[in-house]
Amino acid sequence: MRPLRLASAPLPRIPMPMSTMPATLGPRRWPDAVFRAAAMTCAALICLLMAGFFVELTWKSMPSIRAFGFGFLTSAHWNPVTRQFGGLSSIYGTLASTAIALVIAVPLSLATALFLVKLAPRGLARWVRQGVELLAAIPSIIFGMWGLFVFAPYMADHVQPFLQETLGFLPIFQGPTMGIGIFTAGVILALMVIPFITAVMRDVFTMTPPVLEEAAYGMGATTWEVVRNVTVPYGIQGLAGGVFLGLGRAIGETMAVTFVIGNNHQLSASLFASGNSIASTLANEFSEATDPVYGASLIELGLILLVMTFLIQVAAHLWLRRLGRTTGRTL
Amino acid sequence: MASVMERPAVPFPLRSRTRRRGWDLVVRLLSTAAALLALVFLFWILAVVVRRGVGALDWTFFTSLPSPPGGEGGGLANAILGTVAMTLMAALIGVPLGVLTGVYQSEFGRGTRFGSFVRFTVNVMLGIPSILSGLFIYVVMVLATGHFSGWAGGASLAILIFPYVARTTEDMLGLVPDTLRESSLALGAPRWKTTLGVVFRAARSGLATGILLSVARVSGETAPLLFTALNSPYWPTGMNGPTANLTVTIFNYAMSPYSDWQRLAWGASLLITMSVLVVTIFTRWRVSEEAA
Repeated sequence: MRPLRLASAPLPRIPMPMSTMPATLGPRRWPDAVFRAAAMTCAALICLLMAGFFVELTWKSMPSIRAFGFGFLTSAHWNPVTRQFGGLSSIYGTLASTAIALVIAVPLSLATALFLVKLAPRGLARWVRQGVELLAAIPSIIFGMWGLFVFAPYMADHVQPFLQETLGFLPIFQGPTMGIGIFTAGVILALMVIPFITAVMRDVFTMTPPVLEEAAYGMGATTWEVVRNVTVPYGIQGLAGGVFLGLGRAIGETMAVTFVIGNNHQLSASLFASGNSIASTLANEFSEATDPVYGASLIELGLILLVMTFLIQVAAHLWLRRLGRTTGRTL
Repeated sequence: MASVMERPAVPFPLRSRTRRRGWDLVVRLLSTAAALLALVFLFWILAVVVRRGVGALDWTFFTSLPSPPGGEGGGLANAILGTVAMTLMAALIGVPLGVLTGVYQSEFGRGTRFGSFVRFTVNVMLGIPSILSGLFIYVVMVLATGHFSGWAGGASLAILIFPYVARTTEDMLGLVPDTLRESSLALGAPRWKTTLGVVFRAARSGLATGILLSVARVSGETAPLLFTALNSPYWPTGMNGPTANLTVTIFNYAMSPYSDWQRLAWGASLLITMSVLVVTIFTRWRVSEEAA
């Protein structure tokens, strides 16, 4: 029985001592205003920071922009002695190593996510998932150390000769197998982005409505058929979002690439040849660039990288917004 | 009915049962192999770092300065100190800025235009390569002051922490149900008290995890320090000059021809890897403990 009597009883009036009464009648407003203003200032600060990146890098690369114009993007001639600078080899190396990374990492991440969501028993899936995520926690420079001293020699002795024997008729797999070069850089980048792509793809796989998959299983489909015909088509936009994320990660990765790419401004058709990327060029040459045009050219390379990553983020943002609109889901 | 008839036949019955089963098995095996491959590389890297680095970690490694080029012995005490100092400084600047930005996004800016612009900016800043943070600080601080400094190194690390913490804060505060906020406000608590005393308390373990992970991550960064803090073979005498740090030391020493320096580089690699991994594993373990 509820004690109705209490509920209807009038509350006893407790007189409030004057000392604890608030000074003003309404709530005090200024602490809230300060709090809100502080939060807003910080939010505005990060926007200013982003704008600052563009303004400062553009400003400081003006000497190079004035000297070389658009030719900077199409010339691979990089000679500090004659003060001729063109960024093509760095841009090419950035794009090539990123492309190799994605070609390797996307299928592997898809397969790993498939294993984690559909195949592995729950306990095992947890351990494997945490192991894959730990790969993302290893600092970039450690990938570089391991890449230079252990993995590049391994590539030179085993992987690259094998590729040359089987696919050597392709120009991209010709030339001496030194281990150091764009190809090895791409493979290490792949390792570094697999955790990020896998995490997104795993989330996408778990978001498929079970009814759809169960219907396919009920028709006698095998696990692979369910994944190929139901899970992947259902989540294809989200999967593409994962690829964007990996792309953004790989394109500006610095230390691991700097250790193994070879740091060479020559363009070469072979992926086994040493090359450079924008980030590796900056890491290697910036501290020795005393000439103003040399420094400005390096900053212009940084500006190009900034624009590239910005465009990737804008594309990912628009893509995810579309995804949210069409399916009502967010990643 | 007609539309069903027009569609191509269901693919499954057309192929033989054994072939479909076979494909399924192949894909299962490949998928398992892919997952294991990632683990193989994880353990390969860790094994290499431990095997090569463990020999360098002795008492002098933690207590003395590096030896001159080609010399024997020596340690990286100055670099350890420098890395700790710059990471702390980055955290002191970046964490409050990030938390307040996250607070704005989650408590004030929800559904507003500026709020969604801030979210977009945070995502862009998260995607900016760390070397560009170094380049930016070089342009605005090193060029302006005329010298490399530990302050510049800390600032470029702070730029990396800032968006990371903002994102985590927004995500974690977003998980707190609005009914909690409304209850607090209905009791007459002002906005700031509601956020700090109620919302933060509800989200504190997630917030702490995110902040710790971001600081751990940044402590292993090299690229932003290359041309801001630079490096130095001496004891830091303040943050006003080039400041020794572990990661740039690894980079310089690994490329050097001296075997003793390379040995120190592996020792530093082991130290930094283990610190980052221990923090990462510890915070994750704590999260899973709390979830259980």
